[in-house]
Amino acid sequence: MGATGRDGVPRLAVWKFASCDGCQLTLLDCEDELLSVAARVEIAYFLEASSAAGPGPYDLSLVEGSISTPDDLERIRHVRRVSRRLVTIGACATAGGIQALRDFADVREFASVVYARPEYVATLDRSTPISAHVPVDFELRGCPIDRRQLLEVVAAFLAGRRPVVPPHSVCVECKARGNPCVMVAHGTPCLGPVTQAGCGALCPAFNRGCYGCFGPMESPNARALNRQLRELGMSTPELVRVYRTFNATDEPFLRAGDAAADEAAREAGDAP
Amino acid sequence: MDAVVIRSLDPLIGELRSRGYTVVGPVSRDEVIRMSEIDAESDLPAGLTDEQAPGRYRLGPAGDGMFFGFAASPDSAKRFTQPPSRTLFRMHGETVEEPEEPAPKVALLGIRACDLAALAVQDRVFLGGRHPDPGYRRRRENLFLVAVNCAVPGGTCFCVSMGTGPRATSGYDLALTELAGPHRFVAEAGGERGAEILRLLPHDPATEADLHAAREVSRCAAEHMGRSVDTDGIKERVASAPESPQWQEVASRCLTCANCTMVCPTCFCTTVEDFTDLGDGTAGRTERWDSCFTLGFTEVGGAPVRGSGAARYRQWLTHKFSTWFDQFGTSGCIGCGRCITWCPVGIDVTEELAKLR
Ligand code: SF4
Ligand code: SF4
Ligand code: SF4
Ligand code: SF4
Ligand code: SF4
Repeated sequence: MGATGRDGVPRLAVWKFASCDGCQLTLLDCEDELLSVAARVEIAYFLEASSAAGPGPYDLSLVEGSISTPDDLERIRHVRRVSRRLVTIGACATAGGIQALRDFADVREFASVVYARPEYVATLDRSTPISAHVPVDFELRGCPIDRRQLLEVVAAFLAGRRPVVPPHSVCVECKARGNPCVMVAHGTPCLGPVTQAGCGALCPAFNRGCYGCFGPMESPNARALNRQLRELGMSTPELVRVYRTFNATDEPFLRAGDAAADEAAREAGDAP
Repeated sequence: MDAVVIRSLDPLIGELRSRGYTVVGPVSRDEVIRMSEIDAESDLPAGLTDEQAPGRYRLGPAGDGMFFGFAASPDSAKRFTQPPSRTLFRMHGETVEEPEEPAPKVALLGIRACDLAALAVQDRVFLGGRHPDPGYRRRRENLFLVAVNCAVPGGTCFCVSMGTGPRATSGYDLALTELAGPHRFVAEAGGERGAEILRLLPHDPATEADLHAAREVSRCAAEHMGRSVDTDGIKERVASAPESPQWQEVASRCLTCANCTMVCPTCFCTTVEDFTDLGDGTAGRTERWDSCFTLGFTEVGGAPVRGSGAARYRQWLTHKFSTWFDQFGTSGCIGCGRCITWCPVGIDVTEELAKLR
């Protein structure tokens, strides 16, 4: 990559949209490695670590958060214009995040309940991923993102190679880590089989089911998994809920949630 | 050396440890039998048994004091012979370094007949061809195998069909059969390495009654297989069914999650990944477990060859029960049942094979 910064040092920018800052904190959490990042790149705009907002252009922009206000729409176009490579980090930027649950309801109604003067709140009806508005070079999943994967993506872009971020199921990592399956051994519902790897199978390692924070894997078969989740005692509303969390509007999870919601509606219709 | 009777496993564990082996045996952890380091007989899961069914595993009390009253655990010897990931080489500038792979001395206590057969299959895969894997060889040579003959097969076991169990007949250093009333083990050495240790342990010669009781354990276990497979003409039968509608049907149930291949003791597929370090300019290559259920596995020029779930399930079943014979001269399946128990939706290879007829 031909660098844009002083002495040919690549410039890295970090941008924040609608989000909780958890993914940016993951970057700060990379203590040791961050020192080597700082030696190889100029960290030009990093809201969470300093207030200095350097002028563009940037070699690599990491974008956290979803687009949820009219102002965001303007800003993301600016970010794209001044960025050579743009990588989204986390479920908000990649899939709309938990705030995309507004897509299933009336956001104005929420606003009138929550705020004293809702007319001062400028918000869009939907919370959308960055890729809905500008071209994105790579999307890093997770709520929050995984530290190792973030370093891998930065290292890969600096070296000009494709990041090693496999799109297969969490189960592959779960078995490599040596976890026994919580679904099979304990009857604990787990979204690992339909969820993309990357976290190192964190939740099953602590005897909990995966709740899908990395979004859909490469070939999710939610219909087949749902049959098993029902066997394990999950109700229809619970099924709707597990798919409508951090990646609710990501296609396969959207369809899985909708299918369960349709069934809920049918069940309600059938009820006396 | 003739079979002997030993009353306690502690002298054996002590002897192995004094020879530098880490002794790995079954322990109960998080309601699952795991293969983990043990210090003494008292670490073993006495009085526990497992219930195994497609997609289901539960551990519970057996009401006896037996140490090995359960079937294969989710952990096979594969983790020790073929670790989930390893570094192939590192590069720094012009220097390339191939790290010496760790090959720890491990004694596996309680390995079953099916897993000994799996090791024999792995040996053909890793050592049988024109490019034997030296790392595998060293890890394999550093394993000391104390087999235990199965007394209580699991609900998904079918080693009898595959001709691999339930009695260990070869490939072990020592083989134990656990007997009750009084609690004792009939111990047999599989070679000089085992006999040398056995001679040092406190023991009595095995009587005809002991040997008879041990044979009865295996005979009885063989009658309690959870599953069976008709292996007659299986290679041809599976090979001749590439167009069967059954593949579509199973694909509607299959999650393509890869659990089956990961828990299978003979599945050996890996992928390589290159890395570049952020700080000091080091680059390198790692190898890690992969599976024919991932799309990247058959990616050629950016697109997977086996895109559909049907094609991927067919690859798995066909490789295990048919093309493995062409490639390595044996079945790829040894009948341990792990892929059935640990499939999150309980897809059963024995049922799928029966449906292919
Ligand atoms: S615990 Fe979840 S992620 Fe792990 S193997 Fe089971 S289903 Fe997959
Ligand atoms: S196991 Fe699932 S929910 Fe837990 S961190 Fe990983 S992807 Fe997220
Ligand atoms: S295919 Fe299934 S039963 Fe056969 S060896 Fe592999 S895990 Fe065991
Ligand atoms: S069944 Fe699949 S994962 Fe297992 S050895 Fe064959 S190709 Fe590899
Ligand atoms: S057969 Fe079962 S374990 Fe194997 S990929 Fe399909 S769902 Fe996963």
